[in-house]
Amino acid sequence: MRRFLSFRDFDWLLLLAVLVLCAISLAEVYSTTMHTRFASFETKQMLWIAAGLAGMFVLAKIDYHRLLDWAPWAYAVFVVSLVAVRVVGRKVMGARRWIALGPFEFQPSEWVKLVLVLVVARYFANLGGRNLTWREIFKAFALVGVPMLLVLVQPDLGTTLTYSPILVAGLFLGGISFRQAAILLFCGTSLIVGAWSSGKILKPYQKARLTSFINPDVDPRGSGYQIRQSLIAVGSGGIWGKGAEKGSQTQGYFLPIPYTDFIFAAFSEEHGFVGAISVLLLYFFILMRLIQNAQTAADLPGSLIIMGVVAVLTFQIVVNVGMVIGFMPVTGIPLPLMSYGGSSVLFTFLALGVAMNVRMRRFVN
Amino acid sequence: MYEGEGSNRGEKLSTFKLTVVQYGILCMLLALACGLWRLQVLGAAEYRQLAQQNRIRQVPILAPRGKLFDRYGRLLVDNYPSVSCFLVREQSHAVDADLPLIARGLNLDLDQLRSTLRHYRGLPGYQPIPIKQDITPDEQAFIAAHRNELPELETIGVERRLYPPDGFAAHLIGYVGEVSEDDLNDPRFAADEPGDVVGKAGVEETYDEILRGQDGSRDVIVDSHGREVGYFGTQNAIPGHDLRLTIDNDLQRAAELALGDREGAVVAMDPRNGEILAMVSHPSYDPNKFAVKIDRADWNKLLTDPEHPLMNKAIQAQLAPGSTFKVLMSVAGLTEGIAQNLHVVCNGGADFYGHFYHCDRHHGAVDIYNAIPDSCDTFFYNLADRLGIDRIDKYAKEFGFGEKTGVDLPDEEPGLMPSAEWVLKNFHHKWYAGETISVGIGQGAIEVTPIQLARYISGVASDGHLVRPHAVFPSELSPEFRKALLDTYPGSGDGYVPIDPQTWMIITDGMAQVTEPGAFHTAGSAHLNGIDFAGKTGTAEVISDAALSHMAHSRDTEPNVWFVGVTPRRNPELVVAVLWQHGEFSYYSARIASRIVAAYVDKQRRLAHNLPPAAAQAPVEVGAVWGVPPSAGKGAGAMAHMQGGHFFVEPDADKADLVAQNSRNSPAARSPLPVTGAQAAGAIPDALPEELSAALPKLAGTRP
Repeated sequence: MRRFLSFRDFDWLLLLAVLVLCAISLAEVYSTTMHTRFASFETKQMLWIAAGLAGMFVLAKIDYHRLLDWAPWAYAVFVVSLVAVRVVGRKVMGARRWIALGPFEFQPSEWVKLVLVLVVARYFANLGGRNLTWREIFKAFALVGVPMLLVLVQPDLGTTLTYSPILVAGLFLGGISFRQAAILLFCGTSLIVGAWSSGKILKPYQKARLTSFINPDVDPRGSGYQIRQSLIAVGSGGIWGKGAEKGSQTQGYFLPIPYTDFIFAAFSEEHGFVGAISVLLLYFFILMRLIQNAQTAADLPGSLIIMGVVAVLTFQIVVNVGMVIGFMPVTGIPLPLMSYGGSSVLFTFLALGVAMNVRMRRFVN
Repeated sequence: MYEGEGSNRGEKLSTFKLTVVQYGILCMLLALACGLWRLQVLGAAEYRQLAQQNRIRQVPILAPRGKLFDRYGRLLVDNYPSVSCFLVREQSHAVDADLPLIARGLNLDLDQLRSTLRHYRGLPGYQPIPIKQDITPDEQAFIAAHRNELPELETIGVERRLYPPDGFAAHLIGYVGEVSEDDLNDPRFAADEPGDVVGKAGVEETYDEILRGQDGSRDVIVDSHGREVGYFGTQNAIPGHDLRLTIDNDLQRAAELALGDREGAVVAMDPRNGEILAMVSHPSYDPNKFAVKIDRADWNKLLTDPEHPLMNKAIQAQLAPGSTFKVLMSVAGLTEGIAQNLHVVCNGGADFYGHFYHCDRHHGAVDIYNAIPDSCDTFFYNLADRLGIDRIDKYAKEFGFGEKTGVDLPDEEPGLMPSAEWVLKNFHHKWYAGETISVGIGQGAIEVTPIQLARYISGVASDGHLVRPHAVFPSELSPEFRKALLDTYPGSGDGYVPIDPQTWMIITDGMAQVTEPGAFHTAGSAHLNGIDFAGKTGTAEVISDAALSHMAHSRDTEPNVWFVGVTPRRNPELVVAVLWQHGEFSYYSARIASRIVAAYVDKQRRLAHNLPPAAAQAPVEVGAVWGVPPSAGKGAGAMAHMQGGHFFVEPDADKADLVAQNSRNSPAARSPLPVTGAQAAGAIPDALPEELSAALPKLAGTRP
């Protein structure tokens, strides 16, 4: 089968918005690391973005149907590699997340996200959008639950949580009924409450991190420290901000890891309400544009892929920004396209690449 | 390919569901925008303030304390730079967990550290808690190396007190220490914060306000690790004022050496103006140990020592004056016209009211002229009996007995002067006439402090002009401060009691006889050749004779001995009061006083270039070494004289001549005369000048 394919159908407008965000990210990474031992991280970040762009275009060229074919194999490989991390992984700051492949270090949990998007899209597309049976729902849970558990024991709570929107989006769009959703919600809630009070699943520091956002002043030097400093950073930015490279919270190292998880706080401090809202608008534009692409996709799996990407991105944005402004607990989830970090940048660009892939093939057949 | 398998071709997601998703995202982002609005628009001012507090820390700049100098401007108390460690609780995540590490790194006792923290628990969180002062460079390095683990530790550079070593003048100077919890409630320390260093005793306490200066502060911009990255404003510290004390290093050293390791006190004062030239209380302590937080064990040792090293005995030891009280008795007796005509025969005591009162010797015929030098108890028993307690009490009160002198040192004791009224009030019975007899020789309930004795004897010798002793020149102080000082340290102060010139002559001549060699003279061995040195001994029993006969003799049962000396005898320029507790014989204390007087006179002569020229050595001829030195005969005489100078000597022609000169009270006697080399050598206890010159360089402070 020969298909007509052109980069004219590539979503250049979406790419433009993405690149603007990347530029903002680079400037902020520069500002937050300029006087630290992390100086010149922006150069590294630029290389990651370049690599991400290249990856995006490559991934866009490969037909997403072929990707869906590969997805189960990839899924198997990554589940095995997650187990391998558990066994031979290198321990960094108390968690085993990295696996060494020759000179490269490799964090499988980030890639699992992309694979899960594809696998879940494939699974629900195969079910054809009709009403789901309980058996099918539990299969979907198992599909996502296995890697989730493997990542949770690393332990990496943040990444574990980012898998869940894929499942939720899949179930919602895949045809779960209202009744089923209600029952699941009830069971899920009781499970979470049970897990919380049993004290076996979550480590005390994880619990403390999850609850301290509610009242950071209880222990301002302890678990509430990050939240408190973040709130001060954002709040003191005011409407217009303190100006680039002039944030006292950021430059005085009060704000924890201001170039990754708390980059939005640093940005809000230095560029104020106006800057923060502008970034939120850019995200809103990107998400809406993706949903529009999902709508115009040629087939159900295409739509589901894009909506999986939308779910992951939305979840990350809302949780990260929510954390920075004190609505959400500190979970270590990076802000897509803004936070420094190769894995995050690569995942985001590859995920966008898959979405572009679907868009480019919307008129095929 | 995938599309071949599915039956889903052409199926689409429902637009409705996508719209739901779109609105869902919109709502979430709107919620975030609202959160941003709340923080950045509504809460901006508050958070901006929090951000300021986050990065600006007020670091105190401690004002260096004023230095202390002696009367000639020689440095007495200096400062040295030191570093203190504070614990800031606000900073710290969990202080309790860090305590073992802190204790190890700072070489502190963990329990003591915990109790320090418990002690300051009630303070607001932002106030730093002082945990160790004067930390070593090693400990500083420890704090610097643990900035991240122990952000609660903070160091502040301070100027710390450096006192003279060996407890030199320790009681007069006092010491500084951290203001205590109790002090903080005192209005005097209202402006103080925990960890502030304040004067705790002596001059340091009295003149704390002048010495301490005003602390400044600096607004330092810090990063989250507490590292300084810059600063805003600085309010400079205003250093404390230096103070010149009235004490004379040389005389103080002479007094310290003269008292040696004996338990007691010495006060040397200028009777013309009350300037304290030396004040010694032994045993002493090292105030440098107080400058850093003192060991609990060391502190307990100081507190429980039976000889009370912390007590300034010069102003706090309240003891019976013994025979030194007889000078007052003489003033009273002569002024009342009784003593002139009183002639008694001393047969080792006398009977009064059915009780036999002992005298230590059989003095034979005694009148007022030999009663003072012989210190005949029998005479003063009779005098007391004639005067009665009320008249004795009146004169005693006039000369400041039973009342603080108003010396500018904290915690002076008033002593006690019994009276009929006092007995009635405290013991609810009438005054027994027999008690008057005891009071007549300075025994019984009467209690005095060395400084009271110095003030009173010098007042008598100065024809009734009494002075307020003080350790700082009033000219160094503002008029307001001087006034406040008098209110804070009330006492008998300056005063005038008219004394008939005849009375004055009789008493001062009698006191001069005390140090003259003579059969019954109580302090003939303290005689100083060529120096007009008058005084009065005192031996105060600490236990009654009756009780003593039942007890084994021990050091504690030995009497306290006094000597109060003046030079010259009338209108003196120096008074020395010496107390030697359990010293047994009063001429011992007289000899201590004589050394101090000799050192003083020697110094004044040196200052006036009035020293006798050293006898020129005849040139030694080469080859004549086996011959008899030409000055051999003269030298042997000088040696004999020197030995004689210390103990009883028979009056010789030279001396009689001098005594005659002195007793004329000529202007020449007022300012001590040049004497021959042999006389000077005999007059001044031989060890003193060497001790003095050896001691002087030690005064320049070295770090303990």
